Amino acid sequence: MFDNEYFNLGYLDTLSYRDTVVHRLDPRAKLVATVFFILTVVSFPKYEITGLLPFFLFPVMLFSLGDIPYRFILKKVLVMSSFAFFIGVFNPLFDRQPLYIVYGMELSGGWVSFASIMLKFTLTVSSALLLVATTSFPGICHALQKIGMPQIFVSQLLFLYRYIFVLSEVTMKVARARDMRSFGKKGLGIKVFASIIGTLFLRTVEQAERIYQAMLSRGYHGTIYSIRPYRFRGPDAAFLAGALTACCLFRLHDITGALGNISMKVFQDLI
Amino acid sequence: MHMSDALLSPAVGAAFWAGSLGAIGWSARKLREGLDERIIPLMGVLGAFIFASQMINFTIPGTGSSGHLGGGMVLAILLGPYAALIVMASVLTVQAFFFADGGLLALGSNIWNLGIYPCFIAYPLIYRPIAGSGISAKRIAVASVVSAVIGLQLGAFSVVLQTFLSGRSELPFFTFMAMMQPVHLAIGLAEGFVTAGVIRFLISARPEILESASSARPLSLDVSFRRVAAGFLLAAVFTGGVLSWVASSNPDGLEWSVQRVFGKPELPAQGDAAAAPVMKTLQEKTALLPDYSFKKSGNTETGKNEQAWPAPNTGRSASGVLGAAIVLSAVFLIGAIIRTMRRKSS
Repeated sequence: MFDNEYFNLGYLDTLSYRDTVVHRLDPRAKLVATVFFILTVVSFPKYEITGLLPFFLFPVMLFSLGDIPYRFILKKVLVMSSFAFFIGVFNPLFDRQPLYIVYGMELSGGWVSFASIMLKFTLTVSSALLLVATTSFPGICHALQKIGMPQIFVSQLLFLYRYIFVLSEVTMKVARARDMRSFGKKGLGIKVFASIIGTLFLRTVEQAERIYQAMLSRGYHGTIYSIRPYRFRGPDAAFLAGALTACCLFRLHDITGALGNISMKVFQDLI
Repeated sequence: MHMSDALLSPAVGAAFWAGSLGAIGWSARKLREGLDERIIPLMGVLGAFIFASQMINFTIPGTGSSGHLGGGMVLAILLGPYAALIVMASVLTVQAFFFADGGLLALGSNIWNLGIYPCFIAYPLIYRPIAGSGISAKRIAVASVVSAVIGLQLGAFSVVLQTFLSGRSELPFFTFMAMMQPVHLAIGLAEGFVTAGVIRFLISARPEILESASSARPLSLDVSFRRVAAGFLLAAVFTGGVLSWVASSNPDGLEWSVQRVFGKPELPAQGDAAAAPVMKTLQEKTALLPDYSFKKSGNTETGKNEQAWPAPNTGRSASGVLGAAIVLSAVFLIGAIIRTMRRKSS
């Protein structure tokens, strides 16, 4: 499990350095579009299913334009679904009022709202993962700063991100060493864990001291600068405008219902 | 127990984001005032430390299940509340982005639940008074356990509250609470023992770290107990204000749930009454195919208007199913086409 998480993190990072149309967009545009998308999706009332379906266009476009392996992301979405699933699965128990009749079968409100929760979950989580997979994390941090997050929080994020990889490697070694020395349940308890964490902490602090010395000697005085220029260009504006308009359109109009009605009519005319 | 986007309504998500952002901004300002800038790399590396330590599991005694360190209390004890909140928020942010723990909208609520309670309630109001200024091992152990338990209980309660206010889940308030609180009692005890163990280990290995931490950091509580309380009052008033403002324009939130508490189980009105006219005109103005008039036929049954429980309607459902099939296949077809075109061009 540990190795998996670690390599996943690294893999997402690698993905974010690809060079595609989506990757080239300004991080701010992608961040704002994603947040707006999530807000729109979540704003649907709890019995909504059909209205949510057109929203799959956004992740699907990012997947295909950004050349992201969909299986990898979907697996992550599946793994993370536990909490939403665990809470949502109670809906069918508590809400048994029939809401739809689909081909003779009664569908209770609870099942509908449960399905709606899972749809929303898939949409929001996959779009957040896609944001990272198509934008480097430093890029996102930069966007956050431009949007007005406190400088100290942004530096904190950058530091954290840089040292996750270093510390994860150390931690992996320590965890493996512990596992090799423990038999059955012995050695996996809290006591050993606490002293392992303590040791890890000491190493961390020593590392921080060395880093600080190194940074001081390179002229650090509290701010992190970036050489990489970010500019908000035409394509970024077009992408942002397109995404926002599409979200509004899909939110305000029942595209699915309309298509269904049209096709029903066509179908009936044919017969 | 990360909160999830799918269970939140925009109003609740935004309100807790506002609260968390306020706390982050305030902490950032406090830190800058008394900044010993050596703390910045330390904070960064400690964030990575918490992150890494969460990847090692330990067995919880008596249950056989395994847990990992939450970290809020350890950070608060080592860094003081302001820096700890920033570190905790950054850890949760990276988790939200990379592991999709919760989601971006839920991130505000998660920072609130897992960061603000341990840093600004459990630490100053419980840990400090019990542990005192000395480094007596027993007092530290008791203080860690009690404060970790209380911090997690508050966090769990807050998850229940957020879920309930959002109205996406049907779980009754007290049932949900009865599920969450005991589970988090166990988790809190484990977290408390680990916290105590880590702090004790550090005292015996490098006592000067803790000593310097408790003397050098900006908030040693003798100064600002009152200020913390005042800050909390402000935050509460602010959040309450935001919540009730949002709720008044959108019964989705507070109003709706309050009505529900007072026992009107048949009440389905969770649409946005005040926003409805605005939405409608927008809808009319942007209509693409007025012939088919995009009436939200599918949506009236969500309680968007005053209609209570709609009678199930076969015809509408059939066209809904058909429309859904068309939309989904169109979406995935577009994706497949783009993909093959890219493959060919490269």
